[in-house]
Amino acid sequence: MAQLTLDELRKKRKEAKKEIYLREGKYKSKIIVHMGTCGIAAGAREIVTAFLGEIEILTDKDVMLTTSGCAGLCSMEPMATVELLNSPSVKYGNLTTDKARRIFKEHILGGNIVTDYAIGIGSEKGG
Amino acid sequence: MAVRRIELMLCTGTGCVAGGAFRISEALEKEIQKQGLEKEISVIITGCNGFCGQGPLMVVQPDNIFYGFLTPEDIPFLVQEHFLKGRPVKKLMFSPPEKKEPVPLLSEIPFFKKQMLVVLRNKGIIDPEKIDDYIARDGYTALEKVLSSMTPDDVIDEITRSGLRGRGGGGFPTGTKWKFCRTEQKTPKYIICNCDEGDPGAYMDRSVFESDPHLVIEGMIIGAYGIGVSHAYIYVRTEYPLAIKRMDLAISHARDYGLLGKNILGTDFSFDIEIREGSGAFVCGEETSLIHSIEGKSPEPRPRPPYPTQLGIWDCPTVINNVETWANVPVIINRGADWFSKIGTETSKGTKIFSLVGKINNTGLIEVPMGITLREVVYDIGGGIPYDKKFKAVQTGGPSGGCLPYSMIDVPIDYESLAEAGSMMGSGGMIVMDEDTCMVDVAKFFIQFTNDESCGKCTTCRDGSAALLEVLTDVANGDGKELDLEFLYEVSKAIKDASMCGLTTLPNPVLSTLKYFRDEYEAHIKEKRCPALVCKNLIKYYILPEKCTGCKLCLKNCPPGAIKGELKHIHIIDQSKCTKCGTCLDVCPPKVSAIIKVSGKETENITGIEEPYPVKRRGKEIKN
Repeated sequence: MAQLTLDELRKKRKEAKKEIYLREGKYKSKIIVHMGTCGIAAGAREIVTAFLGEIEILTDKDVMLTTSGCAGLCSMEPMATVELLNSPSVKYGNLTTDKARRIFKEHILGGNIVTDYAIGIGSEKGG
Repeated sequence: MAVRRIELMLCTGTGCVAGGAFRISEALEKEIQKQGLEKEISVIITGCNGFCGQGPLMVVQPDNIFYGFLTPEDIPFLVQEHFLKGRPVKKLMFSPPEKKEPVPLLSEIPFFKKQMLVVLRNKGIIDPEKIDDYIARDGYTALEKVLSSMTPDDVIDEITRSGLRGRGGGGFPTGTKWKFCRTEQKTPKYIICNCDEGDPGAYMDRSVFESDPHLVIEGMIIGAYGIGVSHAYIYVRTEYPLAIKRMDLAISHARDYGLLGKNILGTDFSFDIEIREGSGAFVCGEETSLIHSIEGKSPEPRPRPPYPTQLGIWDCPTVINNVETWANVPVIINRGADWFSKIGTETSKGTKIFSLVGKINNTGLIEVPMGITLREVVYDIGGGIPYDKKFKAVQTGGPSGGCLPYSMIDVPIDYESLAEAGSMMGSGGMIVMDEDTCMVDVAKFFIQFTNDESCGKCTTCRDGSAALLEVLTDVANGDGKELDLEFLYEVSKAIKDASMCGLTTLPNPVLSTLKYFRDEYEAHIKEKRCPALVCKNLIKYYILPEKCTGCKLCLKNCPPGAIKGELKHIHIIDQSKCTKCGTCLDVCPPKVSAIIKVSGKETENITGIEEPYPVKRRGKEIKN
């Protein structure tokens, strides 16, 4: 390893930051893929991979991808919930990898709900 | 590396490693592979997370979910449930003793909530064996700033204005020390990082080395630049193999990147660090002994002045600072002296790391702002005393600190307040004691320690600690005389007055327990009674005939075979054979609770039975 100069150290830091973003908790948006048995059977794993692929090419990795259990609407699986900071969450159903990529581009990055696939806005009230 | 969905921040501090953290990591890797998740999930090895009492433990990111007490058997279920199906596993989460519901999020756990992370800001977030992780968390930005825009005087001025004081125990203003050394004419000059942490129950420095070694290195480079030094030593005890390994690795990575060595980051400044291992003598934590040890001489202290800043290692001007002091430096440079000096109290700035141990629910490593009260540390962060026992004392400052009673629990933690209360800040050990702790026994334990570790150079310390130990042993054995307390006090004062080195605070455990727990000493001497039922010579174990079910559990487990009886017959302890190990008390089922421990007058009031007899005849026999 060649010794670094001040500028090279700064460049290195910029690169290194991409590796640890998951641990720092700075997110603008969150994708939850529902991974109940029904979801997994319907192909939720591929949806996760598709979202991950999209996050990989982002420069600012401020999108959090997580999973949760069955959302209760098993016939519409695979499903995902998208939450942008300060706006209500949106549930999408019957996803395919292509749909997932479109949702990522238009909703997560663009901020516009993809009404074609959305099945509801907001979450059920707890009680 | 490709982008991941989940990172598992697995703690590999010494505590968790001893608890089997590497077995957990193997089990995780195996199950992640089995489920085909290896591209989405990675296991990150981190330094000490701090919540050592819950180890082996890990934090799941980005969800920020905390799992403790992990075993390899839990892993397959955990991976399938949480990481595959997204259902966090409640039974592995942290549940506070008073609540039934677990607390999933790390940020919501009371132990973490009241802490303020300055030195430990990277703990559990970076892999200490990867320099890039440290750099990503703005590591070496302070060095950049210093080398590109600050003069050495600016650096010293910034540290002085921050109000940083030595974290090793003495509390000397760091900036002033640096300035003394800088203005010395003689060259070369040296700096030393003191990681000879010897206090029983203290592991702050070790954890900083294990979780964030580059922070210490960066602090030392900045210090060297400010003072005008090109060579440094890290003195670390050889009993810290993991800390040494990680520091060694960190130094070699820093050299690879040109952060250590000739012309650091392409500037004119050159500096390097060498690790020296000590073999773990308590006295080597004292700065002049430490210098002698590195020089290859017998580690005995010498009188000061001259101070090491004038006449240090190899007779050259030397600055010795503790690990935590060095680790504060990059943060102060980055965020500024004004920011730092806003934390804490008038005279004690910044934060302090403590290892919170003893009779406390949440054992672990904590970092708190100066000025926080002992109560907040013990009850809010520490979660109080286990099994609803009563708090008796907290001992701060290591073996030469003092024991503070409940009446002192609202004392703010800063250098002056603790000294005024009869204890000291020390390097950060904090041992909590409950009602089952005998203060005479505690004083004896610490004096035993300092007596063993005394280098023997000063008569008062060498023979004085032996005299203290002898008298304390007498008191604990019930052979104490009334004049003994006066004697303990006088000898303690003499040790403090007439010994040379910084460790002459050794009688503090005696002085503070005499001051706050005199009644316990008196009970031992006058009533031959140990109120906490600890001192073996003063207690007796009895089996209550009205409660014993004759189950033979204690009889089978008694190591010296001191219990007589047979099945369904009431058992008896033969006092002449009993070694007072307490095994019978431990094994007697809680719903029976037939065994009691008594001391003093009560021992005479107990009338046992002569011979074992059947349990069913119990009512009659007792009447007779």
